[in-house]
Amino acid sequence: MLRIQNLHADVGGKEILKGLDLVLPAGEVHAIMGPNGAGKSTLSYVLTGRDGYEVTAGSASLDGEDLLALAPDERAARGVFLSFQYPLEIPGVPALTFIRTALNAQRRARGEPEANAPEFLKLARAAAGSLKIDFEMLKRALNVGFSGGEKKRMEILQMAMLKPRLLILDETDSGLDIDALKIVADGVNALRSPDRAMLVITHYQRLLDYIKPDRVHVLAHGRIAASGGPELALELEREGYDKYARAA
Amino acid sequence: MTLAAAIRSGDVTLLPGKRDEDWRWTDLRGLLRTLPGPSDEETAPLAPGPFGALGDSEIAIVNGRIRDGAASLTVGAGKRCVVRLRFVATSSESRHEARMTINVHAGAELTLLESHEGQAHGYVTAATLDLRLADGARMERIVVAEDGEGAVNVACASAVLAPNSKFAQTILTDGARRQRLETCLDHPGGGAEVRLDGIYVLKGQRHADLTTVVEHAGPDGSTLQLTKGVVDGQARGVFQGRIVVAEGADRTDARMGHHALILSERAEVDAKPELEIYADDVACGHGNTVGALDAEALFYARQRGMPEPVARALLTEAFLGEVVDRIGHEGAREAARAWVARRLEAAA
Repeated sequence: MLRIQNLHADVGGKEILKGLDLVLPAGEVHAIMGPNGAGKSTLSYVLTGRDGYEVTAGSASLDGEDLLALAPDERAARGVFLSFQYPLEIPGVPALTFIRTALNAQRRARGEPEANAPEFLKLARAAAGSLKIDFEMLKRALNVGFSGGEKKRMEILQMAMLKPRLLILDETDSGLDIDALKIVADGVNALRSPDRAMLVITHYQRLLDYIKPDRVHVLAHGRIAASGGPELALELEREGYDKYARAA
Repeated sequence: MTLAAAIRSGDVTLLPGKRDEDWRWTDLRGLLRTLPGPSDEETAPLAPGPFGALGDSEIAIVNGRIRDGAASLTVGAGKRCVVRLRFVATSSESRHEARMTINVHAGAELTLLESHEGQAHGYVTAATLDLRLADGARMERIVVAEDGEGAVNVACASAVLAPNSKFAQTILTDGARRQRLETCLDHPGGGAEVRLDGIYVLKGQRHADLTTVVEHAGPDGSTLQLTKGVVDGQARGVFQGRIVVAEGADRTDARMGHHALILSERAEVDAKPELEIYADDVACGHGNTVGALDAEALFYARQRGMPEPVARALLTEAFLGEVVDRIGHEGAREAARAWVARRLEAAA
């Protein structure tokens, strides 16, 4: 599904990604682990097209289509979803309004009929229920005054409603206590399916106890330094990233 | 030196200009070298205005002439009413002025749905409103200004408040060739509460000036003020807010906010927030920001699938929505929300 080849990217004139290769097949969950500053968040922003993240070489494609040539909203319409490490507060826009605007924009872009109000509310109630989010909260301005855990749950709720195909979770476990982590992980696991792929970006192994990866990659100095099965995450937990930090 | 005096006499030397400190961003003397002739009388019936059929009754002032009524409105003690006050211009390339006096007696409540409607080109108009609120009276004034792009309009409202009264105001404007919507309040303190809000959405070469002066003369009064604007094209938005807290007006609570979004490089916003405090033990503050939409929020919305124009419109509407949400009268609030949405569509 996702194929990244020799990806180089600059942020503010500094090279952060230095020849990253990655293949993520449909139906699989891959974890990207690495020390702070390795380029984990940069990878998520490059894949979603944020301004200021300049690709200088290499390619990234989704089902064979050049992802890097598309605007952020076009990537979203093709099913790319980034769960932000720090979800934005959107004053004045009720969560329901925000999500409905996003959902219908995606549907328009794909030539699908827009969700009418009853259909949309039904979707929202179901998603809120499974994530233990009080429906009244969706009437409030998105993320404004929400706790860290609530913000992450709102990200998963949007994910559940927008039904993306490529899910990128950037440090989704940060700021979560164990109960919130379980709810979020359950929400993510419910979205696992043979036609979806997930990239789970995390510094700590903890999240991977709840979202089991098929493959684990170590990102260090802007490229994949090692890849392996789930046991690699446990090894990193025991031994730390020193080996990879030194290797460069 | 007022536009109203110049319109009455036809004497352009009476126009305020940029040498007058309070008019330096809204220069009328430099703009109007001559004044057009007096407006004709209009007898045709009016189509509904921006507030439609909201409210109990309507006062229409067309080309400066009051239709079917007097130049004053009194709301008797303890009464409640919702009145549309329409200033309509239908005569092109001409001038007129209008005056209105409104008294709200003790314990009475008036919702004033005021509109300035330009149905002609190149008119020059001035409106003067004298408002008096007795003890415990309440007034909410919602103003929608829809002058044409060739129009010059100065509307001045002066309000004298009694203790325990409440005066709330929201002005919405899309500007004109040159336009000033001014509000001056005598605030006695004594538990009286004021809210003074405004929204301007400007494009093309339009200009709008929201000027307010509040003088707190006595202790224990509050003034909350929030004005927000969006300017595009070569438009110019002006905000001048002055709050004076006189000696002895202790425990005054006064807060002023003005925030503007500039959507184009050639658009301009001039802001002068002023607090003059001569009393002790007051809680006063002001905030003023002028900038662009938050790039991070914009990316977040686009990542969720909104094309850039959709994301911008949503965030801009939300930016102005904070002001709309403060309108107390529900029908007027929804009319204001729709008005803002239409203006943003037109600006996109």
